[in-house]
This record gives sequence, C-alpha cells and structure tokens, in this order.
Amino acid sequence: MAPPPRSGDAIFANVDRVNAELFTLTYGAIVRQLLTDLEEVDEVNKQLDQMGYNIGIRLIDEFLAKSNISTCVDFKETAEVIAKVGFKMFLGVTASVSNWDPEGTTCSIILEDNPLVDFVELPDTCQGLYYCNILSGVVRGALEMVSMKTEITWVRDMLRGDDAFELRLKLLKQVPEEYPYKDDE
Amino acid sequence: MGKEVSESCLDILLIETVSSYTNGFYAGKPELVAQAVEAIGYQVGNQLCERYTMERSQFSDHLEAIKFICTDFWIKIFKKQIDTLRTDHKGTFVLRDNRFRWISRVSNSISEDSGATFPSTLPVNFAQSRKMHLYFPCGIIRGALSNLTIPCAVTADISSLPSCVSRLHLLDVSLAWSIVIRYKGLHILLCFRIKHKISQGMLEFKYNWTKVLGQLKLSVLTLSFDKTFL
Repeated sequence: MAPPPRSGDAIFANVDRVNAELFTLTYGAIVRQLLTDLEEVDEVNKQLDQMGYNIGIRLIDEFLAKSNISTCVDFKETAEVIAKVGFKMFLGVTASVSNWDPEGTTCSIILEDNPLVDFVELPDTCQGLYYCNILSGVVRGALEMVSMKTEITWVRDMLRGDDAFELRLKLLKQVPEEYPYKDDE
Repeated sequence: MGKEVSESCLDILLIETVSSYTNGFYAGKPELVAQAVEAIGYQVGNQLCERYTMERSQFSDHLEAIKFICTDFWIKIFKKQIDTLRTDHKGTFVLRDNRFRWISRVSNSISEDSGATFPSTLPVNFAQSRKMHLYFPCGIIRGALSNLTIPCAVTADISSLPSCVSRLHLLDVSLAWSIVIRYKGLHILLCFRIKHKISQGMLEFKYNWTKVLGQLKLSVLTLSFDKTFL
C-alpha cells in the first residue's frame, strides 16, 4: 500500500533548509543582473518565465517524490495541492486558492507572504517588471509535466501596490498520458 | 531562527541561472557568463555582509575580517565554517572548505578532457559549467570583503571534489569613495578620492563616517568605494 500523502509542514520540516535571506538576495541579484544584461523589462519578464519553466519541469520530480501525493482527481484538487503542499515545502509559505469559475478550470492562487520579495522595492525605471514572474513559470512547467497545459497570469502584485500576490491559473488542456505501446488485443 | 526556504530552491535557482546564461544569451561567450555570475555573487555577498556586520564593531585588521568571513559569515550561508585558512602574510589567503555544499552533489567523474563519450544532445561541457557555477561563491566572498572595504580578487578551484579551495588576493589601489545620503527626501551623493594604501585605516574610516552621519540623523543609503569611479 502506498504511504499516505504528507502535509506541507511535515515535508518542510524534513528537508534541508537555508536562510531565506540568502535566497531573497540571490533572486534579487539575479533579477538585477538580468535587467543590466537584457535592458528591456519585457525581455526580463520573458526570461524569468522561461527560467521558471525550466525549474518547474525539474522541481515536479522532487515534489512528487517527497510528498507521496497520488494522482489528483481534478483540477480543483491540483490547485489546492500546489498552494498547500507545493509552496509550503519549497518556499515555506502557504498560499490559498479562491475565485473558481463555474467550470472549475480557472482559479486564483493567493500569496500573502512571499520570500522572494522581502525588502524589495521596484524603482520607477522598472514599471512593468513582473518581479516574481519566475513563480508563474515554475507552476506552468510543473503542471505541464503532469499533463496539464495552463496559462498563468498575474492579477495582483504587492510590489505594484496591491495587498497580496494573486496568480490566475487557467487550465487550457489536459493531455491524457499516452502509453507508447499498444495493448495486446 | 529567521525565515527559511528549502535548500533545493536555492540550488535549482543557481543551476538554472548559470544554465540560462551559458546556453542562452551569452552562449559561446564564457567570459561574459563568468562576469555575470560573479556580479550576481558580488551583489549577494555585499548585501549579506552589510546585514551581518550592522551590529558588530569594526574589525581590527584584515585578518580579523577574513576570519569573520570564514566563521560567522560562512556559517550563516553554508551552515559550517571554512575548514582551513592559510596566508602568506603578503596579501594572499587560501580558504578551504572540505565539503562545499553547493558542489557536494556534483559528479567527480567527468574530466576536462573527455568529450567524445557524451551524447551530442548535451548542450554544455560539464567541466565548464561547473567552473561557471563557482564564480557565484567567488563573487560572494569578493562582495563581502568589499563591504568590509577590502578589495580583492578571488578564484576557486574544485580539482579535489567535494572540497573547494578559494584564493583571495588583496589588492592595493587608490580609492574613490562615494556616499549616498538621504536627507529630507533628497538623495545626496558625496564623492572624494583618497590615495591610500590598503590598511586598517579604511575600515575605521567607514565605521567613523557611519557613526558621524548617524549622529547627525542622516540615514546613509550606501557607503562604498569604487576604484573605477571618477
């Protein structure tokens, strides 16, 4: 029998952890360097999303291995698992899910506490920068590895004056897993 | 204990950054990749050192400052101290960490010379990407020391994994100082040049300025030196 799924807190307590400050400053330095090298804010947004995607497609393996989560029944469960287990075991913070549309294919993930943005202020020259865009890439990449194509956009951003971070997740397509071999008739 | 995140977050972020730079916009230009990664490390080292030395009194000399880097500072970042520190007393220091966390899981079996056995789909030479990865901790050390007003050049060597050996070479330059102060909502930039050999006077200089400006209730935003300034 498979071991029961573990809660985000339990997993987080068992992984190796580092000082969040180091992580925050590293991310900040990376964004700053990208701005210096790429110059255009839109390019940086795209690059952060791409980096996030590359990270997400690998992070999902660690997530599945450590959390013992079995297949989610529907997208609603998937979103809950991302918010309660995923964010907790990596970033140490819990997110919440809300604003479901009637079909159950679009929802919002809301983060009130975000270690990426501690002590960060956006200067006027960077209006239009989605500082946390790496997160949208990570979620998109991770979901794609479990056969869900999604579109993720930022609705609220604390660095732009809002009261929380809100990501809008829209399920575009669920690609069922295809077995490479035909069943014997 | 302050806030924490999982270590794999940091690892994977660094790996992805180095990979993006190496395979992406600076593909084929390893010097630029190295520069960028080192600059990121420099920024981090500088800011972390600033935060960790805010409460402390100044260091009496360079050796004390470097010992701080090897103990308290290294512990805060890597949860252990530097294992050995050696110096030739002429400005070169060698720091050895026997189990450097960030490369403790990197394979030792790939040598610089073997390239023929890899499938052609691998986009990057492993040894080169490992080297790029090391520029980040080098930058951290250089940034931290520059915050303590000790300009230096840092190189790292992982020929004997999992230990990492960093070499610091202290530089001797004439410096230009710049201080940015916030006063009544304005940012004021003061700049002046000093022809001064590196000595403990620099640390004292920075410490005294910070104290004086603090007493005048002026908040100092940055106090740094820059050898290319002016």
